[in-house]
Formats: sequence, structure tokens, C-alpha cells
Amino acid sequence: MTEAITWLTIFVLAAFVGIEVISKVSSTLHTPLMSGANAIHGIILVGAILVAGHTDSTPILGLSLVAVVLAAINLAGGFVVTDRMLQMFIRKRPVSGGDQRPGIEG
Amino acid sequence: MPPVWAQVVYLAAAVCFILALKGLSSPKTARRGNLIGAAGATLATVTVLISGKLDHLLPIGIAIVVGIAIGTIGAYRVQMTQMPQLVALFNGVGGGAAAIVALVELHEISERGGAPTFHLIATALTIIIGSVSFTGSIVTFLKLQELMTTRPITFAGYPILYGLALLSAIGFAVFLALFPTMVAGIALAVIGAGVGVLLVLPVGGADVPIVISLLNAFTGLSVAASGYVLENPLLLVGGTLVGAAGTLLTKLMATAMGRSLGNTLFGALKGGSTLG
Repeated sequence: MTEAITWLTIFVLAAFVGIEVISKVSSTLHTPLMSGANAIHGIILVGAILVAGHTDSTPILGLSLVAVVLAAINLAGGFVVTDRMLQMFIRKRPVSGGDQRPGIEG
Repeated sequence: MPPVWAQVVYLAAAVCFILALKGLSSPKTARRGNLIGAAGATLATVTVLISGKLDHLLPIGIAIVVGIAIGTIGAYRVQMTQMPQLVALFNGVGGGAAAIVALVELHEISERGGAPTFHLIATALTIIIGSVSFTGSIVTFLKLQELMTTRPITFAGYPILYGLALLSAIGFAVFLALFPTMVAGIALAVIGAGVGVLLVLPVGGADVPIVISLLNAFTGLSVAASGYVLENPLLLVGGTLVGAAGTLLTKLMATAMGRSLGNTLFGALKGGSTLG
């Protein structure tokens, strides 16, 4: 198996997992799920840190550091705003005795 | 290649992301899911700092702290009604970060004097999709924040301009694959930025959330491509998960709103109505 095929295999399998895990999402959770997924791609921070740490050119380091800041905003801000959204979601739909499954309408 | 222990941690972080998406799809587990995702991301970030044999650790550390501070303060200050545009903004800066990472890698490639064709194609893809996501998200932010009109914007010759922009994007991507230079990379970033604006302008205000979701999937794909370029499986898996889940979510959102994605994006261009 060549290396390119290994990467392609990971890509295809991850794509199926991505589709499969969210296929049963309730429509009330569309926005928080989008926000949570948005936070996850902030993991580009790892890539930004790697390129910043491996360059010896000062202008390129500056550019990489911009990417580090932007990625960190995406990552940290994304998870925090998703959590705030979900807090409101839970507060808005308290679990009461009769209604054990809030938010599964639609 | 990073040390074995670091690769194991990256795998664990990738699993955290899968569990995060799984958790986020059900009301009972949503908050826990989000926290698992955050834990995975933290784990991966600490790991790359320790295991990456990096120079410039001090400026990198400062940049991380600055970014976390801006993101967290923004997320805490925002009003509930403004959350969608904040998500759009976060998505845009993520796309911008991916495009910059690919440009920096392209600089390294041009210094080394070339790279395998697949690498160059993935680099070109990261730059273009990242830039589309960056400017597209900024326009969606401006629309939702009502800093510009929320009505669809089109003009005579719009489809032609759109087509030309897409064609030149493909052209420059091929050019970059053949001649990996920074000039080609920057040209590609500029064209991508233009395509991003053209993509979102004809979309009416009520449809904007669908487009944010689509751009979210775009950023995911761009991060996935950068994972291949940097040979980092975590970026590939994390980006692909978001790209795939985001694409399905876009479709689900459009269906829930009784809209088709094609009509959302191109309805105004065909002269049909989009919701304003």
C-alpha cells in the first residue's frame, strides 16, 4: 500500500464517520452542532503551530503567527460559544417529569 | 514524523472529535459532547507544543494566548441573537488560518524546489477553499449584523463574472501544481477571496444560516487538505469529519427550512426569488 492510498483511506473512512455520527441529529440542535463542528476545525491550530515552529524566515514566522492567533480564536471561541448556546438551550427547555425528551420535536 | 506517543495522543484527540459530534447530535449529551471536543483539542495542542521540536516557542505561546483571549472574550460578550454571526466570524478566521498555513508550506516547498503533485494539489485546494471560507464568512457576518443589506445582491453579468472567477481559480490551481511559487499561491488566495464574496452576495438574509453551515464544511475540507500537506493525520481526520458532517448538516438545515441548497445559492442569479 503506497502512502497516498493510506491517506486516501483515512479520508474516506473519516468522511463516512462524519456523516454517520450526526445523521440522527434533531432539528433543534442544528445551530449548536454547526457551532461545535466549527470549533473542531479550529484544530488547524496544530498545523499553524507546526509551520510557525519550523521556519527560519522572520516574515514567514510573522505570517504563521497570524495563523496561530486566528486558529486559536476559532478553536477557543468556538467551543465557548457552543457551550453558551447549549446552556441556553437546556435552560429554555427544562426536563420536567412528563417530558423526558426535550427538544425532539420536528 | 512525530514520536509514537504523540501520534497516539493525536489518535485519541481524533476519537474525542468523533464523540463530540456524536454527543452534539442529541440534547441530553450535547454539552458533554462539546466538552469532550474541547478536551481533545487541548490535548492535541499541548502535545504539538511538547513533541514538535519547535523553534520560536515564546512568540507561538504568546500568539496562542492572544487568540484564546480574543475568542473567549468574544464568545462571552456576544448576545444570544448575535451568536450565528459570531460562529460565521470564527469559521472565517479558521478558513483564513488554513489558507495561511498552506501558503507558508508552499513557501517551504518552493525553497526545497518542489514536492509531489498530490501535495501541490492539496496545497492549492487548502489555499482556495480557505480563502473562499474567509471572505464568504465575513460577508455572511456583515449581512447578519445588518452592516450591509440582507437582500440578495446581483447585477447584470454576475453569472459570467462568477464563471470566470471559478475558471481562473482552476487555472491557477493547475499552474500552482506545475510551478509551485508564492506568486501563484497569493494569486490563488486572491481569486478564492473573490469567489467567496461572489458566492454569498446573492444569498438572501433568511438563507444565510444555511450558507454559514456550507462554509463551515468548506473550512473543514480545507483543514483536511492541509492535514495531507503537513502529513498530520489529526488535521486530516478532524477536517474531514467537519467537512462531511457539515455537508450533511447543510442539507438537513435546508430541508428543515423548506429550501433547496441550489436555490439558496443560485436562486437570485436565475431570477427566481430567494427569501430576503
